[in-house]
Amino acid sequence: MYKIGLIVNPIAGMGGRVGLKGTDGRKILQKAKSLGAISFSPKRASAALKPLSVIQDNLKLITCPGDMGENEAISCGFVPDIINGIKSKETTFADTQKAARILRDRGVDLLLFAGGDGTARDIYVAIGTTLPVIGIPTGVKIHSAVFASSPSRAGELSLLYLQKKVHKLREVEVMDIDEQAFRNGIVKARLFGYLKIPYERRCIQGRKLGSLPSEEIIQKAIAEDITEGMNNDFLYIIGPGTTTRAIMQRLSLSCTLLGVDAVYKKEVIGLDLSERELLKLVNKEKAKLIITPIGGQGYIFGRGNQQLSPQVIRKVKRENIIIIATYNKIVSFKGSPLLVDTGDLSLDRELSGYVQIVTNYHERTVYRVKF
Amino acid sequence: MKTKLRNYHAVCWDEPIIYELNRNGERAILVPEVDKKITETVGDGISSIPKSMRRKNAPQLPALSQPQVLRHFLHLSQETLGIDFNIDIGQGTCTMKYNPKIHEQFVNSEKVAEMHPYQDESTSQGLLEIMYKTEQLFKEISGLDRFSLHPGGGSHGIYAISSLIYAYFKSRGEEDKRDEIITTIFSHPSDAAAPKVQGYKIIIIYPDDNGCPDIEALKKVVSERTAALLITNPEDTGIYNSKIAEFAKIVHDSGGLCGYDQANANGLLGITRAKEANFDLTFFNLHKTFSSPHGCGGPASGIVGVTNKLAKFLPVPVVDYDKKNNKYFLDYDRPDSIGKVKDFYGVIPVILRAYAWIMSLGAEGLREVSNVAILNNNYIMKKLLELRGVSMAFPEHKHRIEQVRYSWEKLTKETGIDTEDIQRRIFDFGTHYWTSHEPWLIPQPFTIEPSESYSKDDIDEFVAILGQIVKEAYEEPKKLKDAPHKSSVHHIDHDVLDDPAKWAITWRAYKKKYNGYFQRK
Amino acid sequence: MNSKKIVYPYIPNSEPQVQKEMLQEIGANSINELFSDIPEKLLLHKKMNLPKPFLSEYELKRYIESILSKNSTCKENINFLGAGCWQHYVPAVVDEVIHRSEFLTAYAGEPYEDHGRFQAGFEYASMMGDMLEMDVVSIPTYDWSQAASTSLRMSCRITGRNEVIVSKIINPNRLLVIKNYCNPNVNVVMLDFDSKTGLADINDLEKKISNKTAGVYIENPSYLGSIESNGAKLSEIIHKAGALFLVGVDPSSLGVLTPPINYGADIVCGDLQPLGIHMNYGGGVAGFIATRDEKEFVSEYPSRLFGIAPTENGEWGFGDVMWERTSFANRESSKEFVGTAAALWGIAASVYLAVMGPEGMQELGKGIIQRSLYAQKEIGKIKGVKVPVFQAANYSEFVVDFNNSGKNIKEVNKALLKKGIFGGKDLSKDFPQFGQSALYCVTEIHTKEDIDKLVFALKEVF
Repeated sequence: MYKIGLIVNPIAGMGGRVGLKGTDGRKILQKAKSLGAISFSPKRASAALKPLSVIQDNLKLITCPGDMGENEAISCGFVPDIINGIKSKETTFADTQKAARILRDRGVDLLLFAGGDGTARDIYVAIGTTLPVIGIPTGVKIHSAVFASSPSRAGELSLLYLQKKVHKLREVEVMDIDEQAFRNGIVKARLFGYLKIPYERRCIQGRKLGSLPSEEIIQKAIAEDITEGMNNDFLYIIGPGTTTRAIMQRLSLSCTLLGVDAVYKKEVIGLDLSERELLKLVNKEKAKLIITPIGGQGYIFGRGNQQLSPQVIRKVKRENIIIIATYNKIVSFKGSPLLVDTGDLSLDRELSGYVQIVTNYHERTVYRVKF
Repeated sequence: MKTKLRNYHAVCWDEPIIYELNRNGERAILVPEVDKKITETVGDGISSIPKSMRRKNAPQLPALSQPQVLRHFLHLSQETLGIDFNIDIGQGTCTMKYNPKIHEQFVNSEKVAEMHPYQDESTSQGLLEIMYKTEQLFKEISGLDRFSLHPGGGSHGIYAISSLIYAYFKSRGEEDKRDEIITTIFSHPSDAAAPKVQGYKIIIIYPDDNGCPDIEALKKVVSERTAALLITNPEDTGIYNSKIAEFAKIVHDSGGLCGYDQANANGLLGITRAKEANFDLTFFNLHKTFSSPHGCGGPASGIVGVTNKLAKFLPVPVVDYDKKNNKYFLDYDRPDSIGKVKDFYGVIPVILRAYAWIMSLGAEGLREVSNVAILNNNYIMKKLLELRGVSMAFPEHKHRIEQVRYSWEKLTKETGIDTEDIQRRIFDFGTHYWTSHEPWLIPQPFTIEPSESYSKDDIDEFVAILGQIVKEAYEEPKKLKDAPHKSSVHHIDHDVLDDPAKWAITWRAYKKKYNGYFQRK
Repeated sequence: MNSKKIVYPYIPNSEPQVQKEMLQEIGANSINELFSDIPEKLLLHKKMNLPKPFLSEYELKRYIESILSKNSTCKENINFLGAGCWQHYVPAVVDEVIHRSEFLTAYAGEPYEDHGRFQAGFEYASMMGDMLEMDVVSIPTYDWSQAASTSLRMSCRITGRNEVIVSKIINPNRLLVIKNYCNPNVNVVMLDFDSKTGLADINDLEKKISNKTAGVYIENPSYLGSIESNGAKLSEIIHKAGALFLVGVDPSSLGVLTPPINYGADIVCGDLQPLGIHMNYGGGVAGFIATRDEKEFVSEYPSRLFGIAPTENGEWGFGDVMWERTSFANRESSKEFVGTAAALWGIAASVYLAVMGPEGMQELGKGIIQRSLYAQKEIGKIKGVKVPVFQAANYSEFVVDFNNSGKNIKEVNKALLKKGIFGGKDLSKDFPQFGQSALYCVTEIHTKEDIDKLVFALKEVF
């Protein structure tokens, strides 16, 4: 018996159709409705459920009442279990978080959710990486990598995962974008957290030459390269991300996935440091900064990196900044340059140009950075 | 005339694994018996082997009779799609062209097959002459000064080039200083992997907006640490880097060498050469551009060419000609040589085929090969771009040489069908295609290379096939999702191949892990 | 003035009319427009200076055959050369199969349309696995030297160490390949051999092995023909130091010699050429690598590995086994490179093994040893000639010492050549400690009469 959880954010995506970016906040939502926006998140959710109908007889689908999942499930011919304690109308983010926790505790194999970045953040807050999830894209702004390329793909991937035809999981970024700024055309991106999604292997192996190693292996290779070249005279500031985390793991050090840590002579001297703490350190010691681009747009310094302020970066100096990234990360930029937006335009100018990204052991990739 | 699509079906023998055909005691050949006198003189032979070294149990090979062995393998051959059988233009970068059958008469002759490499040179003048003359041909084709015929494939050629580069800098005391090799993301992956074996650090350049390697990036990374630039041109996208000479200059100015990966040479013969672009080293795939068949993945040949200053480092022996005595000979007297990268002198049958091919075409013929390769490619490019959902990598860059990397990105967005679905469906029409090397910088890729061996009608048929599949993608996607329907086997479940507890690389391993048909033990 | 444009048989669209049609459809006036990306200064404005071609197939055939006729083959003479390339009988069925157009011209398709190729590859690995009694065998690589070199690097990756020990009694050309492949990251230390037995010197091994040693490589039989008898002892010393035991073999000997796994070998390599592949002047070589079925080993193969898989209709399916390395302990972390190598020779080997079968391989090995012993005995009777040189057993090859014969090898072989015999390989340069000695090879293709002819001819030389 397969067990799958379903959460549908009924208001996600309503803004886009009427030219608004996102539906956070009651005010925006009301504006969207007044502009005639209709909820089509449910339709997308149903498209995702369709591929699962082949295992319907063997599938226990657990979901939230009303338009948070029950309606969509029934419309696809499922007979869902409904969880208690969630409203059936006018639900909020708190309901999403609660539902995610309940579904996890109900022992589902996989959590399928329909929504946007906001929904992804709520899921993260609720359950982190304790349960594999797949996002059904419905919202306008999708910066988080947890979403499948289409609703039906989300369903197909869910099916493969439940049938154990896909069993590898990988961590993907959940992003926090400043909504206000975004509506004004400015992207302020911050790494919010990580979710675990099934890692899709292709049906055709296409192995003319053998495969490229997985994300995890490349991260290990990069970590090997970095640690091999570590100079005991320098303080190392390690930025957020799973690729940088691999370095800490290589050194057998604890680290914060979302925060900025500091290492000296291969020992931790600070975790999740604030800007003040970092400034204190870099004023004392010469330092190298190791960072990895976050999010689909390729920001290496976004205005959201509060700790890595212009002052900190200037003290470190451009030649001591080491950028690391896996091939998959670089491919996700689709040829667009990396971006810097520190808030200090002249610094941005200094940082732009070409950088050598560490992409494998003893391998660098030359890439453009622009501001 | 509208192209008619075939109602193709692959041969499907449902052939057992050869071990399932075993019948203990059967013989497929009898081995010559040892003369009685010998046995009387020396005994059974086995007793001479130290006991600990004698094989105790007979090897567990299958036992069959001769007709059964032949039939089994002929079934397998019929379930394999060779160039000879299909419009093999889908395997981009492989340069799938006609392998002339007359060449098989040459390589199968006893004058090649029954020659031992250590025979007295007076008895192998024919092969030595072929090897020498082949080198002379390639000197002219590339413009470079000296060739080694040794490497057994393209990647092997790149590896040999890496060794030559290392030797060059070692001779100047710079081998520790110059430890970086620059290549591009669209060059062959071995351009990065092979030099790593030689200890090099690799720097990879990405394309600019025009689809050519970014020259500004090159300028930023070239330094006194640069040993060489290794680059494929045109790249797998089919784009010719028009700044290639500038690339070479930038690297030379910093003291580095330039290596030209000519895996994609089919569109350049007689049109442009490594010499004019000022490259120091190059290699050619004789099993691609030069017509030797691919053999399911070899034997192959990746001959390496160099300018005079690198000639002394080439592997031993090289073939030279003693004019005075009108003799060809193997020259081992090369004290600066890197030694060897390959047993003996090279993959002779492959070299012989390439030689015969060039000698059957001449300079004009080679030029025509490339002219038509370019013409075919541009013709199919126009037609494929008219199909719904198809785009070309770097569409603003209009020109391509002998192949193109396309993308189904638009079709995938609109239908959910991806390149692998289409790949499985195209098997149902008696042909196939290849996507791309990893990483897939171009989403949903497919790479088409219609070499000069294909007629206009052939190309039209291939386009019609893809046209039909595109139609199905929009109207009957399920047909693609469930494909292939007419292959030798149905959907393969590759799941077991990732798990050490489940995979089986040999039949004996399979028997240890499973009963019957994948019943875990 | 304008001669008719040549329409080439291999180039359908060289026909002018169809070119016109195609250009029209493209919307170009000439083909030259199509490669305008190539800068003017890089274009070759002259015709390449190549010899005049043979446009007709008949003339090409006469030309090529006229050159090839200058060769004198091992069929026209009696050949006693081995040393890395051996003359064995190739069954007709083997050639029949690998001349099949499908196998000859296929390349890199998927396990659907190239199902046969994958199955043939799996059966090749399976039958080699049976000969070697090992569960994992790689797709063929370029040759034995590449297989040995990769095995050595694999041992470095698996153990995390950077030094290897290589036996001195291997083909010196092989040593050149290994040295180049190990350069500069892997340190190669040479292992002496006992000049009496021609076997690995155990004392020297004990001296040279350390906790820096990743692997120790010997060949069995050795290049000079001796069958190793100290396998167990070598294995003990090697494994005690935490290193891997690598053995190179001639697979045709495995019908009668025990597979190295039985005396502790971890990685086994060798050449497929003796298994149904013509000598091709050294162009018929192909290397194999085999190990146990453990993920630490499997993940270190640079080459493809084919595995068997189920299909939704219960057929036999195939695909690539994919497993990833999880350790990056040292600088030797590149997994080398993979490219087109020698797959068709693998298919030849699998047909050969299927044709020979278990009994054939046993009879083959037995007969070779008997013939070789006979040759050694008869040659040994010649005055001034010493054989055997080593106090050890042999398979097909053995050293003949001509130091007291009054002639050097060059002279001996020249005299033999006049009689239509290819004498053994001259060892005087590569192994000067043996002076004027030669390496002779006897296989199943030699009849008693062939051997007697050699003995008679040798007698006449002195």
